[in-house]
Amino acid sequence: MSKRIILDPSHLDIMLKRMAIELAENHGDFEQCALVGLQPRGIALAQRIKSILENDLKVGNITYGELDSTFYRDDFRRSEKILIPSSIELDFPIEGKNIVLIDDVLYTGRSVRSALNALSDFGRPGKTELLTLIDRRFKRELPIQPDYVGTNVDTRAHDRVIVDLENENKVWIITEQQN
Amino acid sequence: MTRLSSNHLLGLKELTSEDINLIFETADNFKSILNRQIKKVPSLRDITIANVFFENSTRTKISFELAEKRLSADVVNFSSSSSSVSKGETLIDTVNNILSMKVDMVVMRHPAPGAALFLSKHVDAQIINAGDGTHEHPTQALLDAYSIREELGNIQGKKVVIVGDILHSRVALSNIYCLQKMGAEVAVCGPPTLIPKHIDALGVRVMHNLNEALAWCDVANMLRIQMERQQTKYFPSLREYSMQYGLTMDHLNTLDKEVTIMHPGPINRGVEVSSEVADSDQSIILNQVENGVAIRMAVLYLLAAQKES
Repeated sequence: MSKRIILDPSHLDIMLKRMAIELAENHGDFEQCALVGLQPRGIALAQRIKSILENDLKVGNITYGELDSTFYRDDFRRSEKILIPSSIELDFPIEGKNIVLIDDVLYTGRSVRSALNALSDFGRPGKTELLTLIDRRFKRELPIQPDYVGTNVDTRAHDRVIVDLENENKVWIITEQQN
Repeated sequence: MTRLSSNHLLGLKELTSEDINLIFETADNFKSILNRQIKKVPSLRDITIANVFFENSTRTKISFELAEKRLSADVVNFSSSSSSVSKGETLIDTVNNILSMKVDMVVMRHPAPGAALFLSKHVDAQIINAGDGTHEHPTQALLDAYSIREELGNIQGKKVVIVGDILHSRVALSNIYCLQKMGAEVAVCGPPTLIPKHIDALGVRVMHNLNEALAWCDVANMLRIQMERQQTKYFPSLREYSMQYGLTMDHLNTLDKEVTIMHPGPINRGVEVSSEVADSDQSIILNQVENGVAIRMAVLYLLAAQKES
């Protein structure tokens, strides 16, 4: 098994700030916009983006929510482990709002698909966008593309991408040795 | 802990406290879904569930059916009165016939204790016990404990008294197992004829005086007198039972604390609880019914998830 750092803390901070600025460019004062982190691993990223917008770019009153799409996933009874849900915090009407879904890694696109279904059970957003820190290209199984990307990474199927925004502030690729 | 220790839900005796906590945490998620405008998720859309009821039920049957439908499962209902059971078919044959129509799970209520366990050994489907005679009623105990957790914050260290017909009650036995596993102290209270001999072997207190029991407890779970299961007279008259063990506002007003009042339903108003008590702020009877759907969704979801894994 080999572990390779693809984003170190300084690189990562610049990237997060750049994405926050892109968001501010498109959404102005964020009055019609809501940031929605996808449970479980998109939450840390969504909170970082929110805090950059509030503290560095001085945007006030950002609508923020957390969405869990466990019950909408298409691998229920197909995956080895039981899918355990996380909590949903979406206590604002999404009707007509511009929703930015936030997840750490975009890979097959299946979890974003389930998040879109989960979101539609809360109402009809005006526009839905996707922000992702890492885009693992070439393994998409659905026609889903991000609107805001940190970086593109070319990986093989047995690689794992680990995003750690809470402790070490780094992103790794872990490659399992193939037998 | 990310899976239940059993592939069936037969009784609380077989569950661990980790299982119970997993069910509660999953139920929290379903409870928030039930408070949304769209109360349905697609998780169980490729699963078919048969509700097989050999005994009457209102709440449990509706609650299971709603839970199944809100998880998008396909549901078939069966009750013994309108079936071939009256033509002499055995239980295994009946269920196997249903299963051959590609049913994945069976929710069963049956008058014979052990019927769910028996079925789980002889048919190839996941079995959920919705009450087997005087033995267990696991989803009721889970929703009772969940309601206590919701009302009082936790179950650990709480004192719960179960009042009434303990002898014929599957709710009592399941509740005793469940509450003890979650760290509560449990007592039973009722006339000696309606308390099983040797029940103290389960580690419960036995009381015969309602005032004493109320002074001791944080929660009182009032059970119905199950006339349909009583072949002999266990007390002189319903009126006398009600005078000794019927809970009234007078009882509650003399206490210097608030006791939470529960009842698994159906209530016989004026027998085990007075109308004022049943409708008071201390009563969480309707919360229990509401929580029942979330608990049953959690049980169905977790069992269905581990079928093929």
